[in-house]
Amino acid sequence: MSTIAAMKGGFNDPAVDAAHGFRALLNAMAMPGAINDVTGAVPVAPLSVAAGVAILTLCDPETPVYLAPSHDTDAVRDWITFHTGAPFVGPSHAAFAIGTWEALMPLDQFPIGTPEYPDRSTTLIVEMDALAQTGATLRGPGIRETAQLNLPDAGAMADNAALFPLGVDFILTAGAQVAALPRSTKIGER
Amino acid sequence: MTQSGQYNFAYLDEQTKRMIRRALLKGLAIPGYQVPFASREMPMPYGWGTGGVQVTAACLVPEDCLKVIDQGADDTTNAVSIRKFFQRTAGVDVTEQTTASTVIQTRHRIPETPLREGQILVYQVPIPEPLRFIEPRETETRKMHALAEYGLMHVKLYEDIARHGAISTAYAYPVSVEGRYVMDPSPIPKFDNPKMEMAGIQLFGAGREQRIYALPPYTRVVSLDFEDYPFDPMRAEHPCDMCGAEDTYLDEVIIDDAGGRMFVCSDTDHCTARRAAGHRGRLAATEDAA
Ligand SMILES: [Zn+2]
Repeated sequence: MSTIAAMKGGFNDPAVDAAHGFRALLNAMAMPGAINDVTGAVPVAPLSVAAGVAILTLCDPETPVYLAPSHDTDAVRDWITFHTGAPFVGPSHAAFAIGTWEALMPLDQFPIGTPEYPDRSTTLIVEMDALAQTGATLRGPGIRETAQLNLPDAGAMADNAALFPLGVDFILTAGAQVAALPRSTKIGER
Repeated sequence: MTQSGQYNFAYLDEQTKRMIRRALLKGLAIPGYQVPFASREMPMPYGWGTGGVQVTAACLVPEDCLKVIDQGADDTTNAVSIRKFFQRTAGVDVTEQTTASTVIQTRHRIPETPLREGQILVYQVPIPEPLRFIEPRETETRKMHALAEYGLMHVKLYEDIARHGAISTAYAYPVSVEGRYVMDPSPIPKFDNPKMEMAGIQLFGAGREQRIYALPPYTRVVSLDFEDYPFDPMRAEHPCDMCGAEDTYLDEVIIDDAGGRMFVCSDTDHCTARRAAGHRGRLAATEDAA
């Protein structure tokens, strides 16, 4: 049992740390391609600080979580259970899914919402090695003209955007940084 | 318990804020779509914008500087009490200056001063459903949004033109968001509609109706119109009598028992800043002399 490790690494000042975490996530989702710094969570490996902040800020007993194979360890389960109480489920019932891009695939195993309720979809927290404003060109709401971001798979993400207003949304995490790619973002080559 | 003492930070408990925050992220991901949320009781009546208050509560950080406006004014009972509420429960600074603020909660106006990136504008929304007046049933309006079936909306607007020679809707004039969802901009004057394409983040909270929706910066927001009757934001044919502005939304004010009237910027901060910068309207000199 890793009970002691599971109890550590939460927010020191839960209300204020979560407020800061949310503002970073709000800015990320409102401005696709923008990279925001976060702090306050010290989760167990292999969770990044940013993924830890997103989990502590957004997850609770009302949000079923799917852990992709890359992140499905006893230590991660214990940490999320202790700090959020979120139940673990398979991908088809997940409000949030956490893992590396490869481990989270295939994308079509996640709910994309319904025409009446497009919000009933999964938000994927994708763990990456690094975030950089290079690579795929992004256009759409939240972007003045264009933005660039090193997406893990521009093709699959463009296919997801083509489902709009259905689709999943992505929170991209690396170290203590977070960016987002909502379904509304159109993805071009360069 | 936080450093704010007897209250939760920004009044709401953490689970409620998480639920609202999740709804806000969905709203930003699907601009113009109304996300259902479980509205909570707030220590103020519904008419005072409990939806907006809950959205603001979910967004504030202690470093924020909050401005609250009611029809353009910072000093109404409603605006003052909401400002005090967040001063007390979130420990934030408050301001009446649009430029000094990081979060603005508004009832029925968009500030004249353009918002910059990073600023958040939170709207208090009484009726979030733009199709409600043509279809009272929620199941039906939801279906219409799902199918982007907005023909009836255009018919209604066109009937207006047939009857009045123009679209008579002056407030809550419906908009199309990124060519997909038709959205109610809340009861702002249609003069403000063009400002909705802005650098700031716009968040909408309807407490009684339990809906949240959002517009990321630079989202395309188009007021519904027709080729032969293009959208006209309409402005009174006067400059502001206090600051001389010719490009602002004006309130008509009765100034004496003889029925004398003046036109003055509805956005009091904007008008004050212009006068401080030396701009003068028709009646400003008499006021300054008084
Ligand atoms: Zn003026």
